[in-house]
Amino acid sequence: MNFKKILPQLLTLVVVILVFGFFSYNAQVNMENRGITFGYGFLSQESSFDVQFSLIEYDGSHSYFRAYLVGLLNTILVSVIGIVFATIIGVVVGIARLSSNYLIERTAAIYVEFFRNIPLLLQIFFWYFAALRALPLPEKAEPMFGVFFLTIKGFFVPAFVWNNLDIFIYSVIAAIIAIVFVRLYAKKKQENQGIQTPVLSISIGLLIILPLLSFFLGGVGASVEIPVIEQLSKTSFTFKGGLKLPPELISLALALSLYTATFIAECVRAGVQGVSKGQKEAAASIGLTPNQVLKLVVMPQALRIIIPPTTNQYLNLTKNSSLAAAIAYPDLVLVFAGTALMQTGRAIEIVSITMLTYLTLSITISIFMNWYNKKIAIKEK
Amino acid sequence: MFKLVKRLTSVVAMFAVLFTFTTETMAAKKSKTLKNTQKKGFVRCGVSQGLPGFSNADAAGNWTGVDVDVCRAVAAAVLGDASKVKFTPLSAKERFTALTSNEIDILSRNTTWTLSRDADIGLTFVGVNFYDGQGFMVRKNSGISSVNDFKAGVSACTNLGTTTELNMRDFFNSKGIKYEPVTFEKADEVVAAYDAGRCDTYTTDKSGLAAQRIKLSNPDDHMVLPETISKEPLGPVVRQGDSVWEDIVRWSLNTMIEAEEYGVTSANADMMKTSDNPAVKRLVGAEGELGAALGLDNEWSLRIIKQVGNYGESYKRNIADTGILPDRGPNELWTKGGILYVPPAR
Repeated sequence: MNFKKILPQLLTLVVVILVFGFFSYNAQVNMENRGITFGYGFLSQESSFDVQFSLIEYDGSHSYFRAYLVGLLNTILVSVIGIVFATIIGVVVGIARLSSNYLIERTAAIYVEFFRNIPLLLQIFFWYFAALRALPLPEKAEPMFGVFFLTIKGFFVPAFVWNNLDIFIYSVIAAIIAIVFVRLYAKKKQENQGIQTPVLSISIGLLIILPLLSFFLGGVGASVEIPVIEQLSKTSFTFKGGLKLPPELISLALALSLYTATFIAECVRAGVQGVSKGQKEAAASIGLTPNQVLKLVVMPQALRIIIPPTTNQYLNLTKNSSLAAAIAYPDLVLVFAGTALMQTGRAIEIVSITMLTYLTLSITISIFMNWYNKKIAIKEK
Repeated sequence: MFKLVKRLTSVVAMFAVLFTFTTETMAAKKSKTLKNTQKKGFVRCGVSQGLPGFSNADAAGNWTGVDVDVCRAVAAAVLGDASKVKFTPLSAKERFTALTSNEIDILSRNTTWTLSRDADIGLTFVGVNFYDGQGFMVRKNSGISSVNDFKAGVSACTNLGTTTELNMRDFFNSKGIKYEPVTFEKADEVVAAYDAGRCDTYTTDKSGLAAQRIKLSNPDDHMVLPETISKEPLGPVVRQGDSVWEDIVRWSLNTMIEAEEYGVTSANADMMKTSDNPAVKRLVGAEGELGAALGLDNEWSLRIIKQVGNYGESYKRNIADTGILPDRGPNELWTKGGILYVPPAR
């Protein structure tokens, strides 16, 4: 081992430790001086505040830790919804920008330039207060298909009440596993015999048939609970029963996906344009159909360009979801770094947990996208 | 190698300097805050982001309100000029952190005095400058005339990170009503959401309801329900651990209230120096050595009364004349049927 090589590294390490030590020592001294105690014991205390929208059972009699979970799940929910819609819109708009149809191309371009150049917080406010102004009061809401009610107090949709839900879930999992096997088999068959199997239709069939079987054989049952209007006072109404999506969630998801989709659209456009023309022409010359050209030649190469910047956009969207606090959507920042922090006064503890949580979320997304990126990367043999 | 050692020494030296600096601050003299304030030449005061009557900035950036007047009184006492205050607007969420992390020296932001806030998070409440209670605002045409008319499913808009959030839960739970809390960080968004019809009721301190009602598109369509569901003593807060500064803020507030009790106003304060009443003479610094005990000169209280006025003047100017709460209710002097009662300045 070369001593000269190790010494600088060692010194760097010592300096880093010293810096951290200095800051934590300083924080400790300052907290002691101001009579602030430090500890995570508060997490098990009763939170004694309620949250308007939660994916798990929660009220003020639960602990602060459970309030943390409520916020975390709400953050994940809006991020997942946002990522799914941003991807769909982004891909469609990105491809539309490459269209030879002038009108479609211009419309997509205007959309991208408009939405990516307005600060996200303003857009969130716009969608939220625009929605609040435009949506009808519950008593004036026109039902959509008789059972959906979009009102100022939220989007009320029918809810499923399940019997033997677990068997249904197993059947879906079984279908997914079966599809994986079918794909592997189809790939082998093509490699050995050059025969293509209609994988897509088989997959869809499996996804429908297996869960259906669970209904007939597994004793799975589902009934639908339709929201019913209820009077609260002379002039105020709400809906009871069914599932309620608060307007805060809808406008936040809308704002996040419309904003992020513009960046994804540009990634997609860059990706497709990055594939050289010769590739398409060569593919066409060996007799592939236009669909096959796109699927087998252009997309695999375009994805390599698209994925890394799109990962950034997913990360941005997840982090941007913390702007929820501005419009009362109970995400991690509002519930935990907001109300819980205020009620306990444990700023350092709560902010550190919140930062660590966002870090974990982001790293998880990064790891997944890196894995996917590696999977589609050029395999040099 | 030599270069490296040299560099290392300078890093160590830097740390040494930083450490000495910390130990010096730790062992700082009796009132660090007072010393710093006098050195800076202004009082650093945390206020709300806009609550008419309490702390509100006009278009020119001039702050007014009863909470603002507490900070002005301290500035008059400590620096001799009530205008030497730097106001920092804070959300409910930021306010305590701003104080404990030394960004401000007084938090005068309609803040409720509770045990856990006082004892747990490094804060000290110095007194009460407004006795309030939580109430509900509803639309007049809703037919709701009492808190007993609320039904399960009611949605309530409020500010997050406040005692309001906790009281609301206690209240609805005790009535066995399932409700939907919609909590915003800023008061303006709460008002906008309630105004749009997102919520059936808007709940916060009654003074806040009265003040925010003016901001609604049709204030006359709304009313505050008669019931009060909690005690909300609002008052200025300082950091724990600087008892001299704590005393200065406490007695600046007390001076304003006591001045009203003895009829000393901004107009007649100078003349009161020759009063026959020793209590009045002490109040305007013509007798006794009260200022010295606080590390101030003897005219500190006279300056407060002359430049800011007594509590009654401040209330009238900010809350009564603006039409927010013309009736003083509990915020009347104890001698006139209210509960304002401060220890004697002697």
